[in-house]
Amino acid sequence: MKYENRMRLKFPSRSVNESFARSAVAAFIAQADPTLEELGDVKTAVSEAVTNCIVHAYPDGIGEISVTCRLFEDGTAEIRVSDTGRGIEDVERAMTPAFTTGGDDRSGMGFTIMESFTDLLKVRSKVGRGTTVIMRRRLGRRKP
Amino acid sequence: MKLSTASAGTKLTFFLSGELDQHAVRDAARTMEMKIEASLPRDCVIDMSGLTFMDSSGIALVLKTYRRMMELEGRLWVENVPSQPMRVLDASGIERLVPVTELAGKE
Repeated sequence: MKYENRMRLKFPSRSVNESFARSAVAAFIAQADPTLEELGDVKTAVSEAVTNCIVHAYPDGIGEISVTCRLFEDGTAEIRVSDTGRGIEDVERAMTPAFTTGGDDRSGMGFTIMESFTDLLKVRSKVGRGTTVIMRRRLGRRKP
Repeated sequence: MKLSTASAGTKLTFFLSGELDQHAVRDAARTMEMKIEASLPRDCVIDMSGLTFMDSSGIALVLKTYRRMMELEGRLWVENVPSQPMRVLDASGIERLVPVTELAGKE
């Protein structure tokens, strides 16, 4: 599938950047004329993915987070959120609802939210090398 | 994110506004915990009418407050939830534990 436009962000894993990342992605995908609900869903999914990097990939320090977004001709947005942090030992377990290693300020619902708010979610991870989350969401599907 | 509280009798209400994410949740959770310990309410309400964004950090905040209110043998409601935070709460299934009402006249 041919993409029409793309963008890339790199920023340190500071929690203040969660808001920056989801707002930047929202501003970029606005050109695909998403509904308010689609925009909210993508912002939420990006916020979850970036928060995972901050809380889990770099628990003891600051590392780099990269977000790339591509818009395809059919109105699909693909967002990749990558880190080079500690990686996930058991991806399936990490994706189980309510499973978290993040303490009681975390709900363990991050992957569940990403899954329900996107059309496709893929997680690739290597221990000690990092994690990439790939999400796709079709935009601009307004009800007639 | 901004957090304000109102207390009337045995009821304590928290008003959340702005964006609730992992960056904001820690301070909010600490403040809410302190306010609950100070007044030991029977009824607690989290009013989300001013929230413009919420991710799963909001679920953790509601769960934490719910657990504390259960320990106090009290009750918790979540009220006036705008549409984006409502979709997050819906996806979490938290309504099985805590009564949730949507913001009237949402966009």
